[in-house]
Amino acid sequence: MELCDLTIHELREKLETNEVTAEEVLDSFLRRIEAVEEKVRAYVTITADEARERVSGELKGSLAGIPLAVKDNISTEGIRTTSSSKMLENYIPPYNATVVEKLDEAGAVILGKTNMDEFAMGGTTGFSAFHETRNPWNLEHVPGGSSGGSAAAVAAGEAAAALGSDTGGSIRQPAAFCGLVGLKPTYGTVSRYGLLAYAGSLDQIGPITRDIEDAALLLNVISGHDSRDSSSVRQEQTDYTAFLQEDLSGMRIALPKEYYELDYNPEVKESVLAAVKKMEAEGAIVEEVSLPSIEYSVAIYYILATGEASSSLARYDGVRYGYRSKEAANVTEMFKNTRSEAFGEEVKRRILFGTHVLSAGSYEEYYVKAQKIRTLLIKEFEEIFKNYDLIVTPTTPETAFKAGSITAPLESYKMDAFTVPVNLAGIPAITLPCGFSSANLPIGIQLMGPRFGEGKIIQAAYSLEKLLQLENKRPELEVR
Amino acid sequence: MLEKKDIERLADMASMKISASEADKFAGQLNEILQYVEKIKEVDTEGVMPTLYPVSLENVFREDKVEPSLAREKVLANAPEEKDGQFRVPRIMGE
Repeated sequence: MELCDLTIHELREKLETNEVTAEEVLDSFLRRIEAVEEKVRAYVTITADEARERVSGELKGSLAGIPLAVKDNISTEGIRTTSSSKMLENYIPPYNATVVEKLDEAGAVILGKTNMDEFAMGGTTGFSAFHETRNPWNLEHVPGGSSGGSAAAVAAGEAAAALGSDTGGSIRQPAAFCGLVGLKPTYGTVSRYGLLAYAGSLDQIGPITRDIEDAALLLNVISGHDSRDSSSVRQEQTDYTAFLQEDLSGMRIALPKEYYELDYNPEVKESVLAAVKKMEAEGAIVEEVSLPSIEYSVAIYYILATGEASSSLARYDGVRYGYRSKEAANVTEMFKNTRSEAFGEEVKRRILFGTHVLSAGSYEEYYVKAQKIRTLLIKEFEEIFKNYDLIVTPTTPETAFKAGSITAPLESYKMDAFTVPVNLAGIPAITLPCGFSSANLPIGIQLMGPRFGEGKIIQAAYSLEKLLQLENKRPELEVR
Repeated sequence: MLEKKDIERLADMASMKISASEADKFAGQLNEILQYVEKIKEVDTEGVMPTLYPVSLENVFREDKVEPSLAREKVLANAPEEKDGQFRVPRIMGE
């Protein structure tokens, strides 16, 4: 394995003992990018010069000299931030997102901004206005979305780890499709200041990494209260790496029957259940439970998320930044032309649906109703967590599918069934690889925890990771 | 069920312009989604409060103290059109 195939903690060790220099580490990643990026296309913007400049100086901190990638909906001062949309194709933020400030303070080196579905709306990265990203495990297949670029970059060795964002599964699903670890923290744990909003009551930033230890390391850096994000919570500074213990004895695991009774890829189901059996053998107690509101979660997610999105995206009007249509006789025409010319189809579709569910005559029937069902779902999760430490499910009903194979909107929305309940409830969840399909595509297992229960899911995931020993598997990419 | 004219009205509300064929296509797709979400009506939500945010925060205030904000040049740096330190837009009146 080359330097660019190693984890953050492995690289740290080599850097701390001066076995390698930060320049050598960076070089390894830049060479890998040069070799595979033409095929993988994980990045929108690569900041090689800035990265070289950075490693020429002394770097201090828990991530000193570690090359990372950042999803392109997270603001980076002086570096183009596009949300993979024509609307922001040339937008250069005048400030850093809080998480970027924290990465900088920790000495990390940013390699570039990764590709995504436009404005985080999608599950393939195919809705990027610029180009498609492909899955390093099989270049004919999607990496997932909306953080597909981040996941593909890490899987291909084009970054040691990456930041993504997750509103309905956008960290976890691509992480699962690309054989990686993906963590969506409890809502409020990581500041959203500087994250280009999609749905404010659902969005969270989180890490996509090669193993659980790296996810805990990154979470330590990016988490914390931020007065600039009024939805961020004050909590005691937690060292998430303290939970990297191999101990499953007595852990109570709930399997929601509504997930396991559904009809989906049997290889996925078998792989997940086999992993659960391994946990049981180590002393975990596994029982079946019921989460009846899961049935409605995709429906309420699409009502709430699109409603919030129609509001979040109202700011893109061509006035202060971003794209502005050339032809406009007056300002109203400018708004309409700008938004019609610069938003992609999926974004328009969700804005229209969101506008509908928020409009007079529909608001009570859809939006408020969905908010009430959300309350019921939260209560159901709380009840389960009174008696159980974790809920375990497959992360997705399917492995990474072929690019261009899913075309109907509703069909793709339903694929989010396993991930959206987590965002609705605001609870933390982690995905890690638990096996591979007969087509050698990764399968992800998802561990959900109670609110602020990152410690429990990290410990369980770490223990499972050590039992499965899949974290060193890398895709065989033809390196030019 | 939504018709083409409903989509056109929604697009107007959302300050977007869509073509007749787009309106047709969106109507079909939105109706499919609406049909799928109909099932939320069967849930009994009598007496249930709506959830706005999945975190129990109320009235997050700060001290009413003036603090430095963003410098004007930075604010204007991405302006498509700028004049005299202001954002310039096409005329607002007389449409």
